[in-house]
Amino acid sequence: MTDEIDRDPPSPLRRKLLMGMAAAPMMGMLTRASFADVPATSAVNTTGLAVTDTDVTVGILHSITGTMAISETGSVEAEKLAISQINAAGGVLGRQIKFIQEDGASDWPTFAEKAKKLLVENKCAAVFGCWTSASRKAVLPVFEQYNGMLYYPTFYEGLEQSKNVIYTGQEATQQILAGLNWINTTKDAKTFYLLGSDYIWPRTSNKIARKHIENHLTGCKVVGEEYFPLGDTQFNSVINKIKLTKPDVIYAIIVGGSNVAFYKQLKAAGIDLSKQLLLTISVTEDEIDGIGGENIAGAYACMKYFQSLDNANNKAFVPAFKAMWGEKTVIGDVTQAAYLGPNLWKLTAEKAGSFDIDKIAAASPGVEFKGAPEGYVRIHENHHLWSRTRVGRARADGQYDVVFETPDLVEPNPFPKGYQ
Amino acid sequence: MFDTPRFANRSELLGIAVLAVLLLVILPLSLDVFRLNLVAKYLTYSFVALGLVLCWGCGGILSLGQGVFFGLGGYCMAMFLKLEASSAANTKIQSTPGIPDFMDWNQLTELPFFWKPFHSLTFAIVAVLVIPAIFALIVGAAMFKRRVGGVYFAIITQAIAAILTILIVGQQGYTGGINGITDLRTLKGWDIRTDHAKFILYFVEVGCLFVCIFAAQFIRHSKLGRILVAMRDKEDRVRFSGYSVANFKIFAFCAAAVLASIGGALFTLEVGFMSPSFVGIVPSIEMVIYTAVGGRMSILGAVYGTLIVNAAKTSFSESFPQLWLLGLGALFIAVVLAFPNGLAGIWRDLIQPRLDRFSRSPKPDAQWSQPMADKAPAE
Repeated sequence: MTDEIDRDPPSPLRRKLLMGMAAAPMMGMLTRASFADVPATSAVNTTGLAVTDTDVTVGILHSITGTMAISETGSVEAEKLAISQINAAGGVLGRQIKFIQEDGASDWPTFAEKAKKLLVENKCAAVFGCWTSASRKAVLPVFEQYNGMLYYPTFYEGLEQSKNVIYTGQEATQQILAGLNWINTTKDAKTFYLLGSDYIWPRTSNKIARKHIENHLTGCKVVGEEYFPLGDTQFNSVINKIKLTKPDVIYAIIVGGSNVAFYKQLKAAGIDLSKQLLLTISVTEDEIDGIGGENIAGAYACMKYFQSLDNANNKAFVPAFKAMWGEKTVIGDVTQAAYLGPNLWKLTAEKAGSFDIDKIAAASPGVEFKGAPEGYVRIHENHHLWSRTRVGRARADGQYDVVFETPDLVEPNPFPKGYQ
Repeated sequence: MFDTPRFANRSELLGIAVLAVLLLVILPLSLDVFRLNLVAKYLTYSFVALGLVLCWGCGGILSLGQGVFFGLGGYCMAMFLKLEASSAANTKIQSTPGIPDFMDWNQLTELPFFWKPFHSLTFAIVAVLVIPAIFALIVGAAMFKRRVGGVYFAIITQAIAAILTILIVGQQGYTGGINGITDLRTLKGWDIRTDHAKFILYFVEVGCLFVCIFAAQFIRHSKLGRILVAMRDKEDRVRFSGYSVANFKIFAFCAAAVLASIGGALFTLEVGFMSPSFVGIVPSIEMVIYTAVGGRMSILGAVYGTLIVNAAKTSFSESFPQLWLLGLGALFIAVVLAFPNGLAGIWRDLIQPRLDRFSRSPKPDAQWSQPMADKAPAE
């Protein structure tokens, strides 16, 4: 339409008509903007949250000191990026987002204390945060008691559902089943050796994996299952057992710093990941940064997002992230999931027409985010996300090649029947 | 001092009165419930610090594993509260209703035998007092009877702290693992999460604290306390005088353990969960730092030290989330370098003499026969 106007008009009358036609929808948009985009504070906030006529306060609660800082920094960066993008695009319900950042210090009681502060003293309309299951378990009663809204980014063990939490990462069945099916059918893998760090997430995940392998994959079995204390660096004895049992697949759910020792010792012991299948659900691009790409090249990882993902959203997201946080940063699965939090909250607040926690919780199911770097996502009734599961193969440069993607969105099922 | 076997002298009584006014009147009137609950949390650590004053300050036994006893007390209380929160009605979505949620996740179908007595509050309270004492007795007897002391004892207590953490994390079906025991709701049907409950619990806790302060004062000023100090300064002389050094050390260690355990149990009530992150080496060392900042020989100093260090921790981390650890570290270094006797040392060296001069009291000779005055500034 603008093209028509820019051209030399054939007649003044027609020109006026065209301008009128162009202006009509514009007028409509203007009025809608002035009435709907900046609703009165009293209308969008009936429960005393920190909302003014011009801005709305949210909290960011991650560990930026202590052992978890290395993992959680990416989430903080993604959340800040999302907030600045939303603010640049006009904010939420006409209000700019202000954030208060607190440090959970890798210490679960500190998380509980800071969560309470964000809700009770700062009246945050939403909190983006937590990483480990332990920190989430510590803050969950706080969010339920003081009726807050938490957007939790990490893939986790499931077995939980709360009105006051939106889980933007995958729960265990979403992440595990598709990967096992894929390696079973395309690589003809029959025997599995399960490894994990010793806490709730790897144990529950391996339990689900074992039930799936034994009950749903024909002719497949688990030939070993072992756990290591968090931070353990001695894997030689289990590597020897692996060499003796010769499993088709090493299924590794080792977390944090232990990964560095595990993959280096695996390589030193002569296990070549280009020949030995290894499937992990705990190594994102962030962890490879520490492990070293050359030590893990050839391993497969199963999660929902890889930095190398080839779609339009991701092609905009990765450069924006690097522009804000430096060219050398890498983006892992959880970082991407953290980026979804503020965006989903914005969309939900606009759908609900309110910042009230109860209305946000009620409006969340069905909210779609089409601009997600991982592709389209939607919130399920159980407050988890419908999302695709993908398998990537690690390259020596620390990135993954995506080798498989589920054709449909996988339904989140935090309480899987037959897997408990 | 030696001829006046009272459990507190005048300046100590004054100090206790000042602390009582601060905790019972000033703080509850000036803080909202959220901040008051934080103070309550800090105060639970001061029980541990009190124990360390007896065991380390007086007895010279440095334990770097007080988190073990704090954890034991906390877990005993948490087990009772968790069982109450896991009624069949609350847990009907589980595959086995009526057991704690984390057991259900770990495929347990029955309550383990050692959990069963914790259905009773009386048993839980007795357990809070007795289990750590027995544990400390066993550890203490094994060490002190063999004359293991000093640095070796400190290392062994650290090892115990590490072992217990690994045990709790590893046996997650029975202990809740690294998540700890969370989502505690009621005490005998009384909701401990409400503001009103937090307010009442605060006063209950302060009451317990003063009982413990008086008990510690009593031990300090009894003959027993003087033997402990003598033992710290010249262990061999005490032994050659016919005292059983090992038994006195075991007593001091057990007393510190019970105090830490009471703190742990109150912590669970105040905060609403318990996790292995209070049991390990790092929190244990942190508890020693509270005592060191307060002045390791001063009973009231320990309380102030705990309050100040924790308040600094909270306010630094709220104001400078990225840099707060550096600030806190600088504070510790400054205190240790400038005031090796902690806050109590500042009081004794700088403030007490001026007060004495001001009030024209007789020369404070009595102060010098003691290693330290028992008062710290109220700021």
